[in-house]
Amino acid sequence: MAYTQPHPRLSVVSTSSQSSDHLSPTNSSTRFSLPSAQSLHAAAASIKAGSNRPNIYDRPLNKSRGAEVSGSAFAFLFSEIVQYTQKRVSGINDLERQLNTLGYRIGTRVLELMFWRTEGSSKAPKREIRLLSVLTLVHTQVWKAVFGKAADGLERSVENPDEYMIIDNDPPIERHISVPKDFSSLSCSSFTAGIVEAVLDGLSFPARVTAHNTANPQFPNRTTILIKLEKSVLEREELLK
Amino acid sequence: MAIFGLWVINKAGGLVYQRNFADGLAPLTSNEYLVLAGTLHGIHAITSRLSPSGSSSGVQIIEGETFKLNILLTATGTKFVLLTSLAETTADALLQKVYDIYSDAVMKNPFHTPEMPIRSEAFDTRVGTLIGSGQS
Repeated sequence: MAYTQPHPRLSVVSTSSQSSDHLSPTNSSTRFSLPSAQSLHAAAASIKAGSNRPNIYDRPLNKSRGAEVSGSAFAFLFSEIVQYTQKRVSGINDLERQLNTLGYRIGTRVLELMFWRTEGSSKAPKREIRLLSVLTLVHTQVWKAVFGKAADGLERSVENPDEYMIIDNDPPIERHISVPKDFSSLSCSSFTAGIVEAVLDGLSFPARVTAHNTANPQFPNRTTILIKLEKSVLEREELLK
Repeated sequence: MAIFGLWVINKAGGLVYQRNFADGLAPLTSNEYLVLAGTLHGIHAITSRLSPSGSSSGVQIIEGETFKLNILLTATGTKFVLLTSLAETTADALLQKVYDIYSDAVMKNPFHTPEMPIRSEAFDTRVGTLIGSGQS
């Protein structure tokens, strides 16, 4: 039976929908144009030989624990992230929200990896449930995992009991960024705020986290990450006392 | 020993940064600066083709009776020009440091558009601390 294949790959996908006589051994060679098993093995072998590094998913997680990333490479990458995001938003608030969202995706992973590394091998792994220890954990451990140094300050708002502030005098992600005057309220640390928000969410301390410039003459890049905790968190904290 | 001014010329010959550090330079309008930068760009292009043996990087120093003009051409075609007194010996090192600052504070800044005038506060401040404050 004469039958022309529109595309060799299509034949594999659509076998079930075709009549059975197409499956006869006489024309099977034209129908299945996938490479034979042997050639597949050869291809896999050549890939392996080409790069000695194992797949990123097969590498041990702890291997990259103390690894360092080039600051310049990151600065260029983050600069591109901001430019990309800026092209797709309609205002400063939108831009900050978008950066926050991008940071959130990183934060969920940071939390998991950080706990895997610190508690994974421990005989009695523990989880922080008190507010203050969670905040210090963000201030020191999360900062160390992400930026390689602890943040410079952790403060509690005088006016609002549900607000806490993490202060970084020279956030590495903003080191090379000069925000134009007409954007003066923009803080690219919204990205960091997103990371913090994800970490707090992951620890069941839901909060709204925002970033603000609080420059002073000594530290022109000083940034405050403002954490506004949800009511339920404070109520639970009361019960735990 | 004095440093009079700094220009940054983009690869198309446009002046993207100009700043004076010491008194004594003839006052020019921004338009005149643009014309001068464009002319220098042209001179540079000519000198880079005049070499009798092999390729040349083009003019590096232009000396006058009272000052000299030091030019640093980067791999990407951006030119840094430093106007100094004749006795100044650190011009080359300074230009290299300005290039360092440029790549940090300008190229890594997401709010800078390549080949456009430099409006980066960090660049201003860091050049200021490197060369000494001056009027802009």
